Amino acid sequence: MTADFLLSLAQAVTKGLLTGMVYGLMALGLSVIFGVMRVVNFAHGEMMVVGMYLAWMGFEYLGLSPLLSLPVIAAIFFAAGYALQRGLISPFIGRPEHQQFLLLLAVAILLVNAALAIAGPDSRGVQLDSQFDSYELGPLVFDAVRLHAALAAVAIAGLLWLFFTRTRTGKSIRAAADNHMGALVVGLDVRRLYAFTFGVGAACVGAAGALMITIIPVTPFLAGEYTLLAFVIVIVGGLGSMTGALMGGLLIGVSEAVAGLVVQPSLKSMFSFGLLILILLLRPQGLFGKSSS
Amino acid sequence: MTQHITFTRRRLGTAALAGATLIGAPLPLRQAAAQAPANLKVGLLLPTSGLQAQIGQACRRGADVANDVFADMKMAVRLDIANYDTESKPDVARTQAEKAIDAGANMLVGAFDSGQTIAIAQVAEQRGVPLIVNIAAAPQITEQGYKFVVRNFPTAPMLITGALALHKEIFKASGKTPKTAVLMSVNDTFGTSMINGIKALFPKLDMPYEIVDTISYDPAAKDLSVEVGKAKATKADMLMPVSRLNDAKLIVQEMVKQRWEPMAVMNPGAPGLYEQDFLKTMGKYGDFMISNVPWLDPKSTMTQALDKRHAAKFANDQLDINGGFTFEGMLVAAQAWLAAKSTKADALMDALRKTRIDQHVIIGGPIQFDAKGQNVNIKAAAVENLKRKPTVVMPLESAAAPLVFPMPGWNDKRRT
Repeated sequence: MTADFLLSLAQAVTKGLLTGMVYGLMALGLSVIFGVMRVVNFAHGEMMVVGMYLAWMGFEYLGLSPLLSLPVIAAIFFAAGYALQRGLISPFIGRPEHQQFLLLLAVAILLVNAALAIAGPDSRGVQLDSQFDSYELGPLVFDAVRLHAALAAVAIAGLLWLFFTRTRTGKSIRAAADNHMGALVVGLDVRRLYAFTFGVGAACVGAAGALMITIIPVTPFLAGEYTLLAFVIVIVGGLGSMTGALMGGLLIGVSEAVAGLVVQPSLKSMFSFGLLILILLLRPQGLFGKSSS
Repeated sequence: MTQHITFTRRRLGTAALAGATLIGAPLPLRQAAAQAPANLKVGLLLPTSGLQAQIGQACRRGADVANDVFADMKMAVRLDIANYDTESKPDVARTQAEKAIDAGANMLVGAFDSGQTIAIAQVAEQRGVPLIVNIAAAPQITEQGYKFVVRNFPTAPMLITGALALHKEIFKASGKTPKTAVLMSVNDTFGTSMINGIKALFPKLDMPYEIVDTISYDPAAKDLSVEVGKAKATKADMLMPVSRLNDAKLIVQEMVKQRWEPMAVMNPGAPGLYEQDFLKTMGKYGDFMISNVPWLDPKSTMTQALDKRHAAKFANDQLDINGGFTFEGMLVAAQAWLAAKSTKADALMDALRKTRIDQHVIIGGPIQFDAKGQNVNIKAAAVENLKRKPTVVMPLESAAAPLVFPMPGWNDKRRT
């Protein structure tokens, strides 16, 4: 292997890690919701796309950088997620899985068509000065926008970890996830906690959307790709595991970047799905998931 | 079968009213009603939404001012143009072509993209309605023996041959010749045709540089950092992109971020680098990139009329070859109609085959179609982005500004 190739490889891994952190944040929302409520959010990619559109609107109409509008978008998503869970999803908890699947699929179709009706099919992106910037560290070049997005994603993941480990509500949510009956017995308001969890998961995906719009432009048709990507990440990392979601995001980000360099860029998605099949065969519960047995 | 006609009081009333209106009408109006021929109905099929929306809309602007330019040029013709959006998808293009014909279109014009144009050509052939291709380079469009298709745009081999000849002229004029080049290409119908054409023609054209790698990517790609990283790793002196608009923007953005400064970014005959949205979005980083493509002839009276009308109607938009070729599509339709004096498909096709239009807007000889329906008289020009404006720099007889080659670095003072 030549020094040039090794440098290109290091560059690809760096880029993959930075993108993977945003992927991880997106998948974190899906994993949190499933880990606590055992509900698989099939509208996840669609919610991400709505987050991207909100960030785009903030930039286009108010001149707000997506990084500045991120807290507002996360708050809107938290409220919307809370309301969605209380109003729509709550009655479906405990019902057969196919009913939950159809419900969330319907929500996904409504969201993507609403985006199509409001913003149209054209791709919408934000133009930031930093999109042409990069930082140098020795021979490595770091894309400024990706680095900012990755740092924000790590900060949000850190806040989430603090919330689940240091706050009373966070601990209550974990208790309800570990033992639903026990939580009811000790008097926890599990319905409220579930709604809170869905709100937190939605806020994560909204924040990820605000970060992602700085990297790529949005169209309504991206939603399906993101739902699929989030599923690949959480299955590889382990459904329900926060660490798994973050590590899965990094792994998929890096595998896509390296595959693009080593094989053919247009074949990079093939490697994510190859990895998924491999994990399903060798460790069905995912890298950080708990075995059902 | 016997048909029974019931003559009701209401029907009698309607007939009487129509008769009274006609009798009561002033004489000139009655003459007009009797003599005015129906306008030629043209179905214009373009990707005005989706991935290629911006280019599709640029094409449409050329058609939108066509009737006004005809009037300015004292052409006694007016077209009824109905717009159909292909949504940048071949399957939608096919459906929309069917819809246009069902709505009574006498001719079709479109559709910027080769994949979509092939789908429309099949419908046009099946339904026997003439199709004038405004922009689409895949050779097979005029190689399949279609009877109802003509193309006023170069094929991929024509684009490549013209572009590579200009490469040599540029090297000669500047005294600088790159030794290596890397190709980056979108992997759709157009991109594949171009890459196949380059591979076939390159050895025959005795080019002074070697192509060290060919990197293809998906037309819907949202991130080309890996692809650009791979191209940079080849250390090629020149990047030759076969791109569309959005991917051209992604490529240049990544080049700046990855601090890759080759001697030139010069396409072998492709869109992307000269588009208005590219120039606007890329700002100073879009300057000094060279497209070797057919271009508007600034010395043509008709180009001047088109430019004037375009500027008046679309003050914020630049007239480019997308608008130019689509306007010419309308011009070809109008001339065929004038010659055919009929809206029947066979008569219109016959007129199209005999077309010879000396006064038009794109650089090159008269618009004429060979036996396959291909206009072979279109010439390429080297168009360099200078001060955010695509400017002809080659051939020298058409140059509007001197060539700048090699391309200055991203932080060079000449980029302001």
